[in-house]
Amino acid sequence: MSSIRIKAKERKGEVDVKCLMKHDMETGLRKDKSGKKIPEHWIQDVTAELNGKAVFSCAFNTSISKDPYLAFAFSGKKGDTLKVSWKDNTGATDSAETQIK
Amino acid sequence: MDRRSVLKVAGVVSAAATALVAMPRLAMAAYTEKAFKAKGGADALQNVYGANATTPSDQVKLKAPDIAENGAVVPVEVETDMQAESIAILIDGNPSPLALTADIPAGTKGLVKTRCRMGKTTNVTAVVKSGGKLYTASKEVKVTIGGCGG
Repeated sequence: MSSIRIKAKERKGEVDVKCLMKHDMETGLRKDKSGKKIPEHWIQDVTAELNGKAVFSCAFNTSISKDPYLAFAFSGKKGDTLKVSWKDNTGATDSAETQIK
Repeated sequence: MDRRSVLKVAGVVSAAATALVAMPRLAMAAYTEKAFKAKGGADALQNVYGANATTPSDQVKLKAPDIAENGAVVPVEVETDMQAESIAILIDGNPSPLALTADIPAGTKGLVKTRCRMGKTTNVTAVVKSGGKLYTASKEVKVTIGGCGG
C-alpha cells in the first residue's frame, strides 16, 4: 500500500485536498539509546498533479512533523485524477492517485 | 571585492539562473539546501525569494494555537485572499527556521495547512509572496514540550 492517503472533495468548484504521508521525518538531532545521532531522513519535496499538470508543490524542512499532514485547495471538478508524490533526502519516492469526489 | 560581496554576486547570479531554469516548468517549489539550512529567517527568505524585505499584512491569515502542548505536532494554517505566488512558513526559534515553502500556481487557492515541529516558545511567521512582494503575519506560540528531539 502506498504511504500516502489522500482525500479530495469538490465543493462549489473548489477541491479541498487533505493528505497524510507516512514517514519518519527524522530531524538528525535525535539520539538513539547509545547516544549516537539518528541520521536525517525526511521528505523534501511534495508535488500534486491534476490530470498530469502540477497544481501544487511544496518543499519541507525537517521541522515538519512525523507522518506529515498537508492540506491545500484548488479549483477543479469531480472525477478528475489527482496524483500526489513525495521525494525524501535519500532519493526514495512514493506516489498515490485518487479520484476527486 | 571582499568575500562577502563576491558571495552576494554569486547568490544573485545563481538565483537568476534558477529563475530561468524554473520558469518553463511553472516555477516548482523545490527543496534547496541553502534556504532550508539557513540559521536565520531573513537568510532563509533571501535564499528562497531573493529578497527579505517583508510587509506585515492583515490579508495573510495565520492560524496556530496560542499554546502548543506538544511541540512535535503544532498545527499551522496559512490562508490568503491575495493572488499568492508562493507561501512559506517560518518558525523563528528553530535551528533552521524555514519549515515549508509552497508554490501556488494560478487556479490554486492561497492555502496551506500542515503540522510543524517547534523546539521552544517562539514566533511563527507566515510569508505570502504576491505580486513580487512579501507579506507576513506572525504569531507567538507557547510550547510546553519541545519537539526537536533531544
